[in-house]
Amino acid sequence: MLNNISLKSVLISGAVALTIAGQAYAYEPARSGECIAPANPGGGWDFTCRSVGKVLVDQGYFKGNVQTVNMTGAGGGVAFAHTISKRDKDDNLVVAASTATTTRLAQGQFPGMNADQVKWVGTLGADYGIIAVGKDSKYTSLTQVLDALKKDPSAVKFAGGSASGGWDHLKVLMTAQKANVENLPKVRYLAFSGGSEALVQVVGGHVDAFTGDISEVKGFMDSGDLRVLAVLSEERLPAPFDSIPTAMEQGIDSVAPNWRGFYVPGNSSPESYDWWVKTIDELYTTQEWKDIMTKNGLMPFHKSGAEFTQFVKNQTLDIKILSQDIGLIK
Amino acid sequence: MDTMSLLMQGFAVALTPESIMFAVIGAILGTLIGALPGLGPANGVAILIPLAFSLGLSPTSSLILLTSVYAGAMYGGRISSILLNIPGDEPAMMTCLDGYPMALKGKAAEALAISAIASFIGSFIATIGLVILAPILAKFALRFGPSEYFALFALAFATLGGITGKNQFKTLMAAAIGLMIATVGIDISTGVQRFTFNTLELFEGVDFIIAIVGLFAISELLFFLERHAGDGLKQVAINKLKLSAKDIIKVLPASFRGAVLGFVAGVLPGAGASLGSFISYTLEKRVSDKGEFGKGDPRGVAAPEAGNNGAASGALVPMLTLGVPGSGTTAVLLAMLISLNISPGPMLFQQNADLVWGVIAAMFIGNLVLLLLNIPMVGIFVKLLSIPPKYLMPIVTLVASVGIYSVSHSALDLYFMVGFGVAGYIFRKVDIPLVPIILGMLLGPEMEKSLRHALVLSDGDWSVLFNSGLSIGLWTVAILGLVLPIIVGPIVRAKMKKSKESVKDA
Repeated sequence: MLNNISLKSVLISGAVALTIAGQAYAYEPARSGECIAPANPGGGWDFTCRSVGKVLVDQGYFKGNVQTVNMTGAGGGVAFAHTISKRDKDDNLVVAASTATTTRLAQGQFPGMNADQVKWVGTLGADYGIIAVGKDSKYTSLTQVLDALKKDPSAVKFAGGSASGGWDHLKVLMTAQKANVENLPKVRYLAFSGGSEALVQVVGGHVDAFTGDISEVKGFMDSGDLRVLAVLSEERLPAPFDSIPTAMEQGIDSVAPNWRGFYVPGNSSPESYDWWVKTIDELYTTQEWKDIMTKNGLMPFHKSGAEFTQFVKNQTLDIKILSQDIGLIK
Repeated sequence: MDTMSLLMQGFAVALTPESIMFAVIGAILGTLIGALPGLGPANGVAILIPLAFSLGLSPTSSLILLTSVYAGAMYGGRISSILLNIPGDEPAMMTCLDGYPMALKGKAAEALAISAIASFIGSFIATIGLVILAPILAKFALRFGPSEYFALFALAFATLGGITGKNQFKTLMAAAIGLMIATVGIDISTGVQRFTFNTLELFEGVDFIIAIVGLFAISELLFFLERHAGDGLKQVAINKLKLSAKDIIKVLPASFRGAVLGFVAGVLPGAGASLGSFISYTLEKRVSDKGEFGKGDPRGVAAPEAGNNGAASGALVPMLTLGVPGSGTTAVLLAMLISLNISPGPMLFQQNADLVWGVIAAMFIGNLVLLLLNIPMVGIFVKLLSIPPKYLMPIVTLVASVGIYSVSHSALDLYFMVGFGVAGYIFRKVDIPLVPIILGMLLGPEMEKSLRHALVLSDGDWSVLFNSGLSIGLWTVAILGLVLPIIVGPIVRAKMKKSKESVKDA
């Protein structure tokens, strides 16, 4: 009997997903909502949707459910296109975004789309960039790595979980640029399908250095297989990451927060936008969200509303200029 | 001994009524999902994740439920392979080769029973392997650098000719088609889009699940339409089970070999269950000097089933110890773990010992449940498939379409599925094998990436491909796999002919 019920629920949940994807409901903040995670289950966007959705329901913002819908494709481009073309007036929809979204917008990888076509709600934390090496590496500080790059830009090979030109690649180039490394296009970067795949190659001694986010390295850091040379944040991160020096301490002015946040459809009602901004502001201060941040290595980083919109604009412009400077785009 | 006491603690977790209930539910649901063509374990687990969340299950219960679904789907995949000649999931492809001919010969029940036993042996041995070798194998996986991976994929392609046997040229052509499809999408090494024509849905390439469902399930539907319009329908009859202890003993060596090979293939990240069943089958074909592989040899059913179930458990090793999924399904499970705030990696066994060992113990119990379910109750699952095709095929198509759509929410994926269906129909008409197409799609991008990485690391020096003992070993096996069939092939074929004649005489 039980298995019958379970099978039914499976079919129903599939059907519900279909219905929700196809319809737009009138705006009522107290009912169910939908969060699009523009990637497969398991990534950062999926995490953003699921954890925020859970807190929104736990804290009573939604009486029903906040459904996470995974919409994979084009590094968020499919979800972005879906939002502006089919859900442009949907008040109950939020879409997870991060630095990867602004990077692709800046590099023109969402053809015919730009950051002004949606409304940017806010961020709920950031995952700071790190540069790390295996435990047997000859490098013990970021300065040594950059000195080696100054002599020969291809001396140190980096592995990361984003495609060439993606955020993990840009972090290395930004840091190298601040340290006056010349001939940046010559810096070698190996693109893997995910941070963990890249990490294993570095820990296994096949690639010199890892570029990624702090949340990706905790396991190998604790086991002693990985030496984190620098975190790309303004100040040292809280425990247990407080032993990692920042790049700034080592004289390199490089900061790379990978923020986690949301946008909503461009023509959703102003009231619903204000409601989302207010809700995200409140959610950020709850103990439940603070616990989730601690557990997942997310660091304080909160901007919302107009401030966040300006931030997205600036970041998009910065990345565009950098990408042009180093020859990633023309 | 430390491992033993941890495992005992695990059994204490797994033997609670709640855990057993979830293991049983998972096993039944998994078998159903696996048996339905098109809904593979990855889809099955992915579809059930929202269920686990909405029921508010604890991390341990969720994982027990989903690993049981995973194991069940690996068992279930064989049912439609044998009875319908449609693999229920991608690793069950190899089971079609001998399972369906056995069913045609009126031995469907035997094929199902043998494959259930082989599946059990595969999972059981691999779970023991997981217990013993997890820490050691985690370190071994670290030795695989880009050049070793490239050699591994070369090995897979070199032995490709072994599966279909007859027409090497068509096999090559099929693999080339797979490789061509695999080039669509972003080239992550340069960030350049290839063959995407500015269509966003193509930016991340063609999903091989869509290709599998299209090539196998939809083409089968087209074949059904054609047959129905023409000669009418030939259905596989299910006979009464007549399986002696002798028959079981006969397939035991094949099952054990398959289990071990499958486990090893599963442990290597990126290889997964398909490679496990594929290697097990081809090796079994090589090792057994006589027999009727491709025509309904029981060992041809046992080896790939043991292999794919072994690989399924093996794939959990890199997933749990390194956080690197060894297959599509473990990637979904990994997603689940992360959603539950558990970060897989070297520290997982220390930090979440209860959970890990509870799940491993639950796998032992789940397997026992599955064996018990699948031998006496196989009739129930078979009933599901002995629904006349005119009802079953539309339902299957519907379920497959919903499954595909619910993963991506993209209508274009459905068009692609239909397109692959038509292509699959044409390929089957002109005898181009479908399996190498899928393997080309799966392995091609990984192989390309490995080669590029190896060359970037060596600054363009090709000798890097042969610079470690491990890669030289892999290359040697690859060359043997390529050359041996040419030399040994005629001898084996002559032997096969001989044994066939002697069967006829008797």
